[in-house]
Amino acid sequence: MALTDSQIERYSRHIILKEVGGKGQQKLLNSKVLIIGAGGLGAPIALYLAAAGIGTIGIADADSVDLSNLQRQVIHFTPDIGKPKVISAKEKIQAINPDVQVRTYQQWVSAANIMELISQYDFVVDGTDNFAAKFLINDACVLAGKPYSHGGILQFVGQTITVLPGESTCYRCIFPTPPPKDAIPTCSQAGVIGVLPGVIGSIQATEAIKFLLGKGKLLAGRMLTYDALEMKFRDVTINRNPNCPICGENPTITQVRDELELLTVCDLEKP
Amino acid sequence: MTITINGKKTVLPENEGRTIHSLLEELDVSQRLYVTVELNGEIQERDAFETTPVAPGDAVEFLHFMGGGC
Repeated sequence: MALTDSQIERYSRHIILKEVGGKGQQKLLNSKVLIIGAGGLGAPIALYLAAAGIGTIGIADADSVDLSNLQRQVIHFTPDIGKPKVISAKEKIQAINPDVQVRTYQQWVSAANIMELISQYDFVVDGTDNFAAKFLINDACVLAGKPYSHGGILQFVGQTITVLPGESTCYRCIFPTPPPKDAIPTCSQAGVIGVLPGVIGSIQATEAIKFLLGKGKLLAGRMLTYDALEMKFRDVTINRNPNCPICGENPTITQVRDELELLTVCDLEKP
Repeated sequence: MTITINGKKTVLPENEGRTIHSLLEELDVSQRLYVTVELNGEIQERDAFETTPVAPGDAVEFLHFMGGGC
């Protein structure tokens, strides 16, 4: 399927890049990316992937837009308060780029639904706000061999790493088990500077695009950390961990499971 | 002695008995009970923190949990 005249114009700044070109843009248009979480990280990820012409974007989030989200979740606008985040996000994506097919999942990811969900996508981006989801996404992606981008933020610092299952360091290589509930503060408890998810989420979107194009050097086997107060990026090489409970030499995790006791939601208390 | 902590050369008092465990206390590292420690490029087992020595010239990275996305 050739690009239309309007697509050639829309994506012209991509197409003139030798790393993208018409072929690369076609690849993006034929690609499917799942964004889990339509909050601080999910907002810039969804906006940039939509503008880039990722052909199919899935968004999963059970939450609705709250006034306290708007300081950082730039895909949601003031009139969206009370609206499901996936619907609000879908409306913005379609307004930016009608080329994009949007699939919405107004639900939390769980052991019961995640394997089926990720199987439909080429790349997964973690934009979630709790450790239960972060460990679940890692486990599901490692078990399914699905590449994904991890992102985490708190106050003025953020981290991100790209996981190529079986090839590069996974989240559990670094953090074998989740921290106990309430051991690590959430953004709603400790705060977050509104622009921080914009920085980390934009890097995650960049990784998704590079992976889909097959260009450049991915953030695999190294974790990027960002400190907004010091204004410093660090790139820490992290080798695979032979004792990793899911991708090490003797894995003890062979199927996904919910870490229900860990589930905390940033802005809303779970009923 | 000088060790590299999170990429920064750091001078610490001479102490031949310094371990990962004692270093975490000495520096009052945040999330001390949960932080991941990488020593010279290898992730260290928490069970061995008290017996793993930290020697001059070593490179230590503290990797913290960040659960937000919110």
